[in-house]
Amino acid sequence: MPEHETAGQHGSPAREVGDFLRRRREQIAQRWADTPLFRTVFTVSRDEAVEAGKAVVEALAAVAAAGRVEDAEADGFTVVREQLTRTAAARSRAGAGSAQVSNEVDALRPPVVDLLVADLSQASAEHVRECATAATVLMGTLRLVVMESALNEGRALIDRQRMELLETATPVIRLWDGIVAVPLIGTLDSARSQVVMETLLESVVDQHARFAILDITGVPTVDSLVAQHLMKTVAAARLMGAECIVSGIRPAIAQTIVHLGLDLGTVVTRASLADALAYALDQQGSGIVDPVSRGAVAR
Amino acid sequence: MQTAGCVDARLPIHSDMDLVWVRQHVRQTAAQLGFGLVEQTKLVTAASELARNTLVHGGGGEVEATVLRNGHAPGLRLAFIDEGPGIADLERALSDGYTSGDGLGMGLGGARRLVHEFAVDSSPGNGTTVTVTSWTVRPPRYREEA
Amino acid sequence: MTHAHTGPPWGSVPVLRLGDVLLVTLQGDLHDSTAEQLQQDISETIASSSTTGVVIDLSGVEMVDSFLGRVLAEIAAKAGLLAAQTVVAGMRPAVAITLVELGLTLPGLRTALSTEDALGLLAGEASPYRPRGTRRESP
Repeated sequence: MPEHETAGQHGSPAREVGDFLRRRREQIAQRWADTPLFRTVFTVSRDEAVEAGKAVVEALAAVAAAGRVEDAEADGFTVVREQLTRTAAARSRAGAGSAQVSNEVDALRPPVVDLLVADLSQASAEHVRECATAATVLMGTLRLVVMESALNEGRALIDRQRMELLETATPVIRLWDGIVAVPLIGTLDSARSQVVMETLLESVVDQHARFAILDITGVPTVDSLVAQHLMKTVAAARLMGAECIVSGIRPAIAQTIVHLGLDLGTVVTRASLADALAYALDQQGSGIVDPVSRGAVAR
Repeated sequence: MQTAGCVDARLPIHSDMDLVWVRQHVRQTAAQLGFGLVEQTKLVTAASELARNTLVHGGGGEVEATVLRNGHAPGLRLAFIDEGPGIADLERALSDGYTSGDGLGMGLGGARRLVHEFAVDSSPGNGTTVTVTSWTVRPPRYREEA
Repeated sequence: MTHAHTGPPWGSVPVLRLGDVLLVTLQGDLHDSTAEQLQQDISETIASSSTTGVVIDLSGVEMVDSFLGRVLAEIAAKAGLLAAQTVVAGMRPAVAITLVELGLTLPGLRTALSTEDALGLLAGEASPYRPRGTRRESP
């Protein structure tokens, strides 16, 4: 064995690992197909498992060739990121916890290192050690990429559910022909206001509603921010050809509004939802008339 | 943490027609990335405003569109670049209601409200670059801003 | 009536005359120059004919920016000077929300949910419902 042989002669360890991965793609994929991770994800076809494995090995080879074995953001991973996400998601749906998935990905390392060391049987111990280290780091990075993908998938799911929750919590009621109302309950942060505004305006189109009532009876505090959100909804409805009425202005709220000097513009306000409905009906020309026998007057 | 992509598309802004192409490109890309309809509309409108500024005040230029993937939710970054005279009074340009006198300019403040991130790099004689970014899911803010 | 002087045919804006009212239907994406030409054409038409109303149908429009917003406001202003009323109809929710966020609430502009409502508005009715008793003026 030539003693003057240096790592430089073989190229850097990372590049060596890249070459090795390309060379041994088939064998590695074959060994991976029998690991718990691939067996549990690709339950129908082993060939499919092997194909998937080969794609991952290719990606790892690209990352190694670029000398980025420690970089989870390396471009080489882009090609297989979606596949890895699906794999992690599949394991998660099957009930595997993240620690378990992490271990399963880790189990992909020994076949790679074993084959690598076997391939480098003619090289110096030093070189073998360097390459094995590079391969180990690379497999660790792969594990990181998988766990990160799983995490992002989880966060995306939470986002979707949060939106669905917001939307379900914002029921728009059709009070009459051409009159819709949305009872606002709880605090109105900007995310919630957006959903309320969008839901209400969609309903204005669907119901062909000339009047939209925003009932704030269930809103604990009205500050300048809440007022701003309300005014935006009013302005947008106006642009569409509908008139907003804000109801549920109880004395305490009225006081706050005056005290803070909040400008509600020309928006019509009413103390109760019923009053707002009466106003809208009146505007429509469908006023409420109490029975004459009671002696009451038309509102 | 954020994967800054390289520029995915570069569109020229030298005519009325170019504004249409810019709007179409932004609309299509935003739709593909999964932006909701309202967010799409806001982004396309902002792009229209800024592209027009580039055309009218910057003497023409280009927009660079980059798709961003920070893993969680994809985003779209648009950089409007011109080699024009630059903005002398940046603060005023960012405040609402500002026009440059010929009635065709719109305060940058308006466009700023339509996007999630906004940055201007401009000074007299050095051209202007306005960079805006929006995400399909808005990153949480720690303080409620008016 | 209005044809784009530059660009593809879809820059043309269809205009219908319904009695004394002009119905302008904006579709898709409008060139700046097409919008400006439209403004001019409408003014000329109002001046040269007995037109008391203009309805601008935005139901096919996916985006209104400050330029188009200003054109709409100017159309209404010029029409007003020529004794014609303008109503903007059918604005989509996403467009309305964006305009408001931009800071363009177009306060002087009359609006309606649909072209039918707009025509009703111009004819002097507040809504599709027939008023009982005295006729109500539209707000």
